This record gives sequence, structure tokens and C-alpha cells, in this order.
Amino acid sequence: MTANEPLGPYRVIAAADPAGPVPAAGQFFMLSAGERWGGGEGGRPFLPRAFSMLRREGDELRFMLEDVGPGTNRLATLEPGDGLLVVGPLGAGFTPGDTRRALLVGGGVGVPPLCCLQDELLAHRVETTALVGFRSATHAAAATLLRDPRVATDDGSIGHHGLVTELLERELDGAGGSERTVFACGPPAMLEAVRRLCVERALPAQLALESGMACGFGACFGCVVSLRAGGYVRLCVDGPVLDAHVLAEVPAH
Amino acid sequence: MPDFCGLELAHPIVNGSGTFDAIAARRAFGDELDAAFPFSAFVSKTITLAPREGNPPPRLWEAAGGLLNSIGLPNKGLEGYLAEDLPELARLPVPLITNVMGSTVEEVAALVEALGEREEVAAIELNVSCPNVRTGLDLGADAAELGRVLRAVRPLTATPLIVKLTPNTADVASVAAAAEEAGADAVSLINTLRGMAMQPGRAGRPWLGARTGGLSGPAVRHVALAQVAAVASRVAVPVVGMGGVTSGRDALELLHAGATLVAVGTESFRDPAAGRRISGELSELAANRPFVSEV
Ligand SMILES: Cc1cc2nc3c(=O)[nH]c(=O)nc-3n(C[C@H](O)[C@H](O)[C@H](O)COP(=O)(O)OP(=O)(O)OC[C@H]3O[C@@H](n4cnc5c(N)ncnc54)[C@H](O)[C@@H]3O)c2cc1C
Ligand SMILES: Cc1cc2nc3c(=O)[nH]c(=O)nc-3n(C[C@H](O)[C@H](O)[C@H](O)COP(=O)(O)O)c2cc1C
Ligand code: FES
Repeated sequence: MTANEPLGPYRVIAAADPAGPVPAAGQFFMLSAGERWGGGEGGRPFLPRAFSMLRREGDELRFMLEDVGPGTNRLATLEPGDGLLVVGPLGAGFTPGDTRRALLVGGGVGVPPLCCLQDELLAHRVETTALVGFRSATHAAAATLLRDPRVATDDGSIGHHGLVTELLERELDGAGGSERTVFACGPPAMLEAVRRLCVERALPAQLALESGMACGFGACFGCVVSLRAGGYVRLCVDGPVLDAHVLAEVPAH
Repeated sequence: MPDFCGLELAHPIVNGSGTFDAIAARRAFGDELDAAFPFSAFVSKTITLAPREGNPPPRLWEAAGGLLNSIGLPNKGLEGYLAEDLPELARLPVPLITNVMGSTVEEVAALVEALGEREEVAAIELNVSCPNVRTGLDLGADAAELGRVLRAVRPLTATPLIVKLTPNTADVASVAAAAEEAGADAVSLINTLRGMAMQPGRAGRPWLGARTGGLSGPAVRHVALAQVAAVASRVAVPVVGMGGVTSGRDALELLHAGATLVAVGTESFRDPAAGRRISGELSELAANRPFVSEV
């Protein structure tokens, strides 16, 4: 680990990865501490934890995380110089193709994959609009990772008072709304609302999902999500980014 | 160089079935993985005659020092395996052991017969942790029942047969002895221990989609040591020991308990190169303390 800094209630951590392959936006890594992984309450964490790449800067990989349990807590309290086991890049990321106008929709810890995606789109001169939702103004500090974000908060302490999907709906119903491609990452309820809005309007949409993972590289078959057409796919190899139209719904777990 | 059922293996560390997908790993980590393949033989996940989707999610629960899973053996079925996976697995730099499961004698026979004909398959591992559809008992929980199945399928192939014993039985050594008597070339253990997790904050509701699952990882290591020691002292065929191995020292303890090979399972999830690290640690231990090579 080379850095561990606060960003509102979140942490932005960096890992030296001089020899690693260059990740694509939406890909993720499995992280675990080099030492005392497993020392927390109830003998957890034991398995590695999945994190989307925020950005790659030089030889450093950056991640943003929220302390929600034993794994994220251990990672959040590591110090520069501590060992970090980094496995990746893993999975299938966003595929913007020849998207002309991109709508990025994020919530909470769903912001990181949208940051590297926005960098990439801007480098290709694609018009991007970023809409992000947070619990409160302190959490909205993470919006500063994006260029020109429009913010919604649950408590109205900054930006639109309400859901980010309300901003999305307004955007989609406005001029040129039907020419957009939506790229989204966030909590399941938010992604499910995004999925519905895009399916109703037959708009292309790519959703970066989450599920419980044990390995992240296709070995355990633990991370499956079900498809509209029936059957399951492993989110860690066929995702984490999936076409909104292949899903029956965004799973709650 | 361990000799296992006539296979010359580079070191004693293999993978536990269902804990490493060599095809997905090649996609994730590139061909470099093959160049430094972590295991001296590759064991496939369980293949059944018909394709299976597996259990409804959630399928994973993290336990203290372990993992409870209810994956439910999703796989492409025999035909899909032969057509799609076998050609890919045949390119691996190590021998291939194919793990199979059937819920009737006829199913096991069909699997053994079809795989026994393929020269890419160096050995067949029979997963007998499956409830018998007629009796409801695990095929591998009962010595007489397992003997009956093995006597029926043993004559169908000359390929070495490894029986992967279930730990969910009262007397694993007797089951192992029955497997040996019925013609098994080796036995492997332990498979996962049946367990259950509850949803946090929701009284009495199980977390796993299939209600119960199988426990693996360091939490089961001492159960594995006891069962491997009991089985190895009872049978003459080689034993593949596994359960909670995370280091060369853990592997050495299983070898001392009587195992010929050691499989690494859950530890590969945190570190996909764990097999290579553990075999390195093992040879270092052997080099530093020459007497351990006597095992
Ligand atoms: C592809 C992907 C990308 C991700 N990217 C990010 C990111 O960029 N930033 C970020 O902060 N997070 C990200 N996450 C989420 C992150 O991986 C989880 O927050 C983390 O694994 C939580 O671990 P924990 O030990 O801190 O919390 P846990 O205690 O594991 O709690 C997290 C959730 O897991 C469940 N749970 C609770 N106990 C158990 C148990 N014993 N076994 C199994 N499940 C349990 C509960 O639903 C709980 O709400 C990503 C997840 C995925 C799959
Ligand atoms: C996610 C997962 C999937 C597994 N799938 C199989 C399987 O398909 N067939 C089988 O015989 N054993 C299976 N096992 C059992 C392992 O091969 C091994 O026996 C067990 O996990 C104990 O070893 P470990 O503690 O090193 O993981 C599986 C275990 C896990 C954790
Ligand atoms: S997390 Fe193991 S297969 Fe996806």
C-alpha cells in the first residue's frame, strides 16, 4: 500500500503495481491484507474482497472504499508500507464502443468505476453527463472524483433532494435523452430503478453489479446472478458489468 | 517426485475439485498461468451426466477461518465437458484428473465409461457426496452401498479411480476400506462438512439459498488431519489429503498423517498462486529438515 487518505467518510487507497496489466474501466481487483487478514470479529475477514478500480495513475492502482464490515475495516486501517495482496484486473468492464453521448449514473461506492470510465470517454471526446447520488453532503465528497457531476442527496444537504434516478429520469425525458447510453454503478435498488427506466425506453445501458464473491476469477461459482433468459452467469467473469437488458432484475444480494 | 497411481507428478500439491477453474483462470491471468501452473495435476470440478445450473444464490457465507458454500455442482454435463472443456484442459502442462458424480449406479457407470476412453484423462475421481435418489443416503456415507457402486463400475475402465470420500459419515475409515476392497486405486478426503448459516437479524432464516452448505478452509483442517490419519492407517492405496491447507507446514502435517498428495482448495480463492507457494514451502521444509523426506 502506498497511500490511504480520507475522502469524506470514504477512504481512497493506493497500491503499487508496477508490473501489472493495464485495467479497463469497470474491471475490479480482489484485495486482502498481507498480514493479519482474519483477525477481526468472528474470525473474519477470511476471503479477499472485491473493489472496482478507481484510477490507475503511473504505477499505482487507486481504489475507493467504505468501511462497512471486517474486510473493508481492515483495509481502511492499513498504512502506507503495509503489504496488500492484489489480484487482478478481473472481469469484464464497460464497453463504450462508439457511444457518442454517455450518461454516467452512480451512487455511493458505485462512483469509482465511473471515474475511470469518464476519463476514457473524455479522452475520446465523448460527451458525458455524470449524475451521482449520496446519503448526505459529507458522502458527496466522493463526487469530486468526477468531472462536472450533478449531485442528489437523500437528505437534501447538497444538490437535488431525492434520488439520483429522479435526475436520470429528467435527463432521459429531456432533449436528446433517447440518444444516450447509460453506464451505472451503485446499490442494488438504484441499479434496479436504472434498469427499469432504460428497459422501458429501450435505451442501451450497462450496469456494474455486485454480488458476494469468494475468488473473483471464476473458480468458485459463488457469485452468480440470474438472467432474464434463464440460467446463471458468474458475475466475476461475465460481469461485473452486464447489459441491463439481459437481466430479469438486479439481485438484492 | 511422488508416484501416484502410476502418474509421475512434479510435486505433491494438487487442487481440490471445484476450487480452481483452469479455463477461467487462463482467461483471467493469461497463458503465463500455464507456464507456472500452481498444481502438479489438475482436478476438474464435478461433472454430472446431465448439465446442472446449481443452487439458487446466495451460495457463499464467510465463516470464522472458512467458507460455507452451497454452489450445487453447476456444470455443463458430460457432453458439454467432452466437447468444450476437455480440449482446453488437455493443453495444461500437468495431468488431468476428472471428477464425476452420479446419483445412480447407471449414471456413475456412464460417466466412468465415457471418460475412461479418453486418453487426456489421467485419472477419474468419484465424488460420492451425493444423496442416492433411492435411499436418500449419501452414496459415500455407507460402506456397503459404496462397495456395490464401485464393483459395478470398476470393470468398465483401466483408468485409475480415486474415490473422494465424504466426511459426513460416522466411520470414514470403514468406508475407505470398502472402497479399496471394491477396487479403488486411491482415496481422497476430506470433502466439505455440512453446515448452516443464519441470516443476520432474521431469526431462524437460513442465509444460503439451499439452506445448508459445505464448510471448508482452515476451520476444517483438524477434522481433515484426524480423518486422513484414520483412513491412511486403514488402507494401503494412496491417500490424497485435503482440508484447510494454507501453508507448506499444513501440507507437511497431512503428509505425516499418511497422505501421498495434498490438495489445496479454498486457499486458492485468496491467492490463485497458493499451490505454487505451498509446494515451494514444502520443499524448503524438506530441504531444511532432511528427516521429513522419509515420509
Ligand atoms: C465487483 C465488485 C466491485 C466492488 N467495488 C467496490 C468499491 O469500489 N468500493 C467499495 O467500497 N466496495 C466495493 N464493492 C463491495 C465490497 O466488496 C464489499 O463492501 C466488501 O466485500 C464488504 O466486506 P466487509 O467484510 O467489509 O463487509 P461484510 O461483513 O462482508 O458485509 C457486506 C455484506 O455482506 C453480507 N454478509 C455479512 N456477513 C456475511 C458473511 N459472514 N458471509 C457472507 N456475506 C456476509 C451482508 O449482506 C453485508 O451487508 C465491490 C463489490 C464487487 C462484487
Ligand atoms: C466453492 C467450493 C466448491 C467445491 N466444489 C467441489 C466439487 O465440485 N467436487 C468435489 O468433489 N469437491 C468440491 N469441493 C470440495 C473441495 O474440493 C475440498 O474437498 C474441500 O473444500 C476441503 O478443502 P479446503 O479446505 O482446502 O478447501 C468444493 C469446495 C468449495 C469451497
Ligand atoms: S467469485 Fe468465485 S466464481 Fe465468481
